[in-house]
Amino acid sequence: MVITNKKSYIKQTTDYNTKLQKKLWYKGSKAQRLEHIVHGIFLLLGLITVGCVLLITIYLFISGIPAILKIGIVDFLFGKEWASTAAEPKYGILPFILTSIYGTAGAVAIGVPVGFMTSVYLSKYASPKVKSAMQSAVGLLAGIPSVVYGLVGMLVLVPGIRKIFNVPDGAGLLAAIIVLAIMILPSIIKMSVTALDAVPKEYEHASLALGATPTETYFRVSVPAAKSGIAAAVVLGVGRAIGEAMAVMMVAGNVPNMPDSLFQSVRFLTTAVSSEMAYSNGLQRQALFSIALVLFLFIMLINAALNFFLKGEGSKSN
Amino acid sequence: MNSIISVKDMCLWYGDHQALKNLNVEIPEKSITALIGPSGCGKSTFLKTLNRMNDLIPGVRITGDIRYKGADIFDKEVDVSNLRKEIGMVFQNPNPFPMSIYNNVAYGPRTHGITNKVQLDEIVERALRDAAIWDEVKDRLKKNALGISGGQQQRLCIARALAVQPTVLLMDEPTSALDPISTSRIEELILELKEKYTIVIVTHNMQQAVRVSDYTAFFLLGELVEFGRTEDIFSQPMDKRTEDYITGRFG
Repeated sequence: MVITNKKSYIKQTTDYNTKLQKKLWYKGSKAQRLEHIVHGIFLLLGLITVGCVLLITIYLFISGIPAILKIGIVDFLFGKEWASTAAEPKYGILPFILTSIYGTAGAVAIGVPVGFMTSVYLSKYASPKVKSAMQSAVGLLAGIPSVVYGLVGMLVLVPGIRKIFNVPDGAGLLAAIIVLAIMILPSIIKMSVTALDAVPKEYEHASLALGATPTETYFRVSVPAAKSGIAAAVVLGVGRAIGEAMAVMMVAGNVPNMPDSLFQSVRFLTTAVSSEMAYSNGLQRQALFSIALVLFLFIMLINAALNFFLKGEGSKSN
Repeated sequence: MNSIISVKDMCLWYGDHQALKNLNVEIPEKSITALIGPSGCGKSTFLKTLNRMNDLIPGVRITGDIRYKGADIFDKEVDVSNLRKEIGMVFQNPNPFPMSIYNNVAYGPRTHGITNKVQLDEIVERALRDAAIWDEVKDRLKKNALGISGGQQQRLCIARALAVQPTVLLMDEPTSALDPISTSRIEELILELKEKYTIVIVTHNMQQAVRVSDYTAFFLLGELVEFGRTEDIFSQPMDKRTEDYITGRFG
C-alpha cells in the first residue's frame, strides 16, 4: 500500500484501534458481558458449597438443641448411661464422647509416630523409585472404602485380639483404635511428606556442610522447618478418626458402655447416631440429632485448629 | 608456601558431561585463594568437591586425587561429617536456619556434642565476634535469624561456619546476593579471617578477587587455565585466555 497522505493514514489507524478497543473491552461490549456471565456462574457454583455448610449448620443447631434442653445439658453431656429404649429412657452421652476421644487419641498415638517416620523416610531417605512406589501404596490405602477396613478388622483383627489377649470378645476399643490408626495413616503421610518436601534444600545443605549427618540434619533442621505442616497433618488425622463411622461400628462392639478398658465393647459418637437412627422416634430421635451436633462441634474445633496451623505455615514463608 | 589441600589430576563428570578436566592445584595454607572464571566454568563445582558437597548430587563421578593435610578425602575410611567440620562452607545465598540467631550459631557445636550452656555461650559469642556481627545482634540472640538483613544473615552464616572451628572456609560467591555496603563489610571480614583460616572463595567479581585474594585460579570450560599469585595473574598473566578474561574481552 502506498501511503499518500500520512496524516489521514494515522487517523485511520487510530480510529480502527479505538473501534477495536470499544468492541473488545468497553462496558456493555459482548466480551465484557460474557465475562460477567462467566464470573456469575463461578460465583454461584462456589456459593453452593458455602450454602450447604450453612444449611447443615443451621439444621443441626435447630434440630439438635431441643433435646439437649429437654434432657438438660449436664445430664446429656455428662450422663454416664445411654438407654434410649428403656421404659425409663436415659440419654447420657458421656460414654460416646469418651469413646470418641479415647479412640481418636489411641489412633493418633499409634498412627502419628508411624505416619511421621514413614513421611521422613519417604521425603528424605527413599530413592525416587521406592518413594513413588510407596506413595502409590499410600494413595491406595486412602482410597479403600471404610467398610472394607471394617470387614478386614472384623475378620482378622477381632479374632486376633481375642486369641492374643485371651478375652471373650475381641470387638472393642482396642480393635477400633487399630483400625482408625491405619485409616488415618494416608492423610498424615501425604500431608507430612508435602511439608517435608517443601523444606528448602539450602537449609539441609547448610547443616550438612557444618558436619551434621543426614539423620541429624533431617530431625534437627528439616522437621522443625516443616513443623506447622506436620502439625496440620496430625490435626487432619484427628479429624478423620473422630468422624469415622462405618469401620468402627463393625469392630468396636457397638454397645453403649463407658470405655473402661481397651477390650470393652464401646460405641462412638458417630455410630451412636447411625445405629439407632433407623428405628428412633420422639425424644430419642431428637437426642440423636443432639449427638450429631456435639460431633459437629468437635469437628469445627478440629478445623479451627487445622486453619491455625496452616496459617502458621503461610506466614512463615513470607 | 605450605599447601593444605592438594589436587592431582582431578576430573569430574555429571553423567556423561565432563565438568572438570585434569585439575592440578595446591591450595596454600592461611591465605585467600580466589577462583574466577565465566559462568559454567566449573569453579563452584570444584569448590563443592573440596568438602564433598558434590556427593549430594546424583550422577556425579570424580577421578583423581584430592588430599587434605596429606589424607585422601575420598578414602572409604573418611568420615564425611568430620571432613566437613574441618572444611566449612558459606553459600551464595544467605541460608540461616529458621530458628533463633543463637541456635543458628550453636547448631554446629551442638551437633558435635557440646551441650554445656556456658561453653556454648562462649563459642557463640566468639563466633559472632569473629564474624563481625556481635554488636549488631547481641541484644536479640533469641530472635529469629530470618528477621535480620541479608548482609547480616550472610555474616551470621559465616559465624555459624566458624563456630565448628574449621581449618578451611569455602565461600561460594558469598557477596553476590548482597548490596555494596554489605559486600565491603564481608570483604573486610574475609581479610581478617585470613589470620586464622585458609579461605577459598569463588567470585564473579574480579575487583573482589584483586581486593581480597592472595592467590587466584582462573577456570575456563572445566580447565584450570592458570594459578598464581593474584598480583601476577592480574598484572602479567602467562596465558592469553587469562589475559582476555581479566581485560574483559569475554565472560
